[in-house]
Amino acid sequence: MNKILELHNLKKYYATQKAVEDMSFSINQGSIFGLLGPNGAGKTTLLRMITGIFFPDSGQIIFDGKEFDPLNDIVKIGYMPEERGLYKKMKIGEQALYLAQLKGLSRSEAMQKIKFWFNRLEMDSWWNKKVEDLSKGMSQKLQFVTTVLHEPKLIILDEPFSGLDPLNANLIKDEIYGLAQRGSTIIFSTHRMEQVEEICDHIILMNLGQKVLDGTVSDVKQQFKENKFSIKLKEIPASVNGNCFDIADQKANALTVKIKEGFRSNDVLQYFLQQNLTIESFNEILPSLNDIFIHLVEGTRAKTRAFQSSEA
Amino acid sequence: MNKILLVARREFLSRVQKKTFLLTTIGLPLIIFAFYAAMIYFQVKSTDNYKVAVADYSNIFNGKIGSNNDELSFEFLKADTNLLKTKLEAKEFDAFLVVPATFSLDGKDSLFFRSAKAMGLMTREKIQTRVNKALEEKRLLSLNVSKAQLDSLDNQKELIKFSSASGKEENNTKVGISYAVGMISGFLIYIILFIYGTMVMRGVMEEKVSRIAEVIISSVKPFQLMMGKITGIGAVGLIQFLIWIVLVFGLQFLLPFIFPGLMDQMHGQPIQPAGMQAAQAVKNSGMMGELASGLSQVNFPLITGCFIFYFLGGYFLYSSLFAAVGSAVNEDPQDAQSLLFPIMMPIIFAMVIMTKAVNDPNSSLAIFGSIFPFTSPIVMMARIAHGIPDGVTYFQLISSMVLLVLGFLATTWLAGKVYRVGILMYGKKPTWKEMIKWAFRKS
Repeated sequence: MNKILELHNLKKYYATQKAVEDMSFSINQGSIFGLLGPNGAGKTTLLRMITGIFFPDSGQIIFDGKEFDPLNDIVKIGYMPEERGLYKKMKIGEQALYLAQLKGLSRSEAMQKIKFWFNRLEMDSWWNKKVEDLSKGMSQKLQFVTTVLHEPKLIILDEPFSGLDPLNANLIKDEIYGLAQRGSTIIFSTHRMEQVEEICDHIILMNLGQKVLDGTVSDVKQQFKENKFSIKLKEIPASVNGNCFDIADQKANALTVKIKEGFRSNDVLQYFLQQNLTIESFNEILPSLNDIFIHLVEGTRAKTRAFQSSEA
Repeated sequence: MNKILLVARREFLSRVQKKTFLLTTIGLPLIIFAFYAAMIYFQVKSTDNYKVAVADYSNIFNGKIGSNNDELSFEFLKADTNLLKTKLEAKEFDAFLVVPATFSLDGKDSLFFRSAKAMGLMTREKIQTRVNKALEEKRLLSLNVSKAQLDSLDNQKELIKFSSASGKEENNTKVGISYAVGMISGFLIYIILFIYGTMVMRGVMEEKVSRIAEVIISSVKPFQLMMGKITGIGAVGLIQFLIWIVLVFGLQFLLPFIFPGLMDQMHGQPIQPAGMQAAQAVKNSGMMGELASGLSQVNFPLITGCFIFYFLGGYFLYSSLFAAVGSAVNEDPQDAQSLLFPIMMPIIFAMVIMTKAVNDPNSSLAIFGSIFPFTSPIVMMARIAHGIPDGVTYFQLISSMVLLVLGFLATTWLAGKVYRVGILMYGKKPTWKEMIKWAFRKS
């Protein structure tokens, strides 16, 4: 698989803290990549290095097979930062045109693409409105359009769904899938774990500037599973006690069991079959990313971002 | 480069297309003009003929106090005080002046004046001047000064012929014109630095507050964004100034057509546009030729060229500093105030030096001020108005220009570095120490 982005030992220190320390990972072209981490983990700093806004103190960024050259590669990247806004007094159409031209599109090219996207996201009637007349959700939509308009190879979205209603969030989500299918790579930074679970192929968890976790969503879940299964029985006998598992929880006719070391799920099933109990369902319980996130981050003195004095 | 132009274009258009731009650029001079016109109109119209009856019992004035005109006339009549009072009440005249029969010219006696209504300061002034002048003449005559001698005093020519080392004759008019040109152009640059500097600062703050800075920075380099903004606003300033200059000159020349005969009536009006007043004064004292020669001695192409150079140089030097301050502060405009202070200091300081330099273009303070890049845009204009080499030597002019360009490059470079950090920084206001650290950090 083609790698669109490779980071090797990336470092960025501020005077008072290590914002990003020794970060290495790679992203496949066409994948949707989740960058997770608590507040102040260094996500924004990392993204700013990838977008050429900051220079790393040391380390290497390989973009599309070559050493990253911010001046020229910047047009191949679309970045929607967390702190984002628009010129309030500018008309929406002009604003989109301006941002597209800054990304190197010619005027006519830009016009054509804006029309396409405005049409697609039902924003046709907005052209002459001013940004100050838009709701938060509407300006989010406009920001998304301006980020992807120039068909960048790499799209970086920092909390793209904040402030969107479920309807518009779904609309944007579908566009993200579509962009990935057409070959764009998407880096998706958020705290919303359910979205990550739903959208991302591959995730990285950062904490205190370091990589804590790296893998596909299912790999990560496998890695952190606790061998728990849920069993639903027609009726539960007075006492259940097999030597291959412990009962973790019991609700009505559903049991949660934790398999002891050295046994398999089949051993548990066998036990219930031997007891001649009617099994209605049997499922493995995988941890949610939310649980994994909390498990890994809790108690690691993760602190909210302080004012990054003196250097950037 | 292309991106700087794109940014500049947006900055320019977004300001020029606003209604407020049209309002301030075209409306403001029109309002000022209309205000002036109205003021002059009412001045001319409202001064009715003020009639003063004079009862000259000792016949000291010989029936004449100065020459009567539309505004103020003295009429002599023989009547006693009571009759005068009745006539005053009947409004036959506005006031009366009584010269007692015992009046002598030794300056110990006084005249008695009564008006029907309270009179304005200006009318009072006019009456006083006329009467005093007439009295003075009478007293001099009584001291055996002949009429011919008196007249010769009035026709006194300039006794001293001033000229400078270059051998050019310098009459008072030329020095006066140089003074005015230097003062006005220096003051204009001072205004420009403030107006457009703060405009740049507010533009940067707006980008930061509306959180668009990072979006833009992901497409253009911070330095390009800053330069684009400065260039765009500079173009707005240039256009605005050109329109103002055209309007002001156009309207000044239009004035006599709007009020025909105004020029003739305006003699002695204290409140007029400065140019007209000067023109009137010149006309009355028969110095028209002198004014023309004075104007021709002022090198206007040189001054205009220098004005544009120092306008742009000063604007670029300071606007990048204003941009740096704008990038450092957040929502609170109060923060900007305290950071602006060190930037405004040299501008105000330059203004002070400038007022000295127009009087004495070759004092050491003026020379220093006109070469030091932070003050030179304002101070040099005052010196250049006196011409080369009388006001400023070629060497000084060239070193001042070179230093201004170098200074502009230096401030832009340093401000660019502060800007780069500041524009993405939210949170508390940075201190000067921190900003200086940003500026001198190697990238």
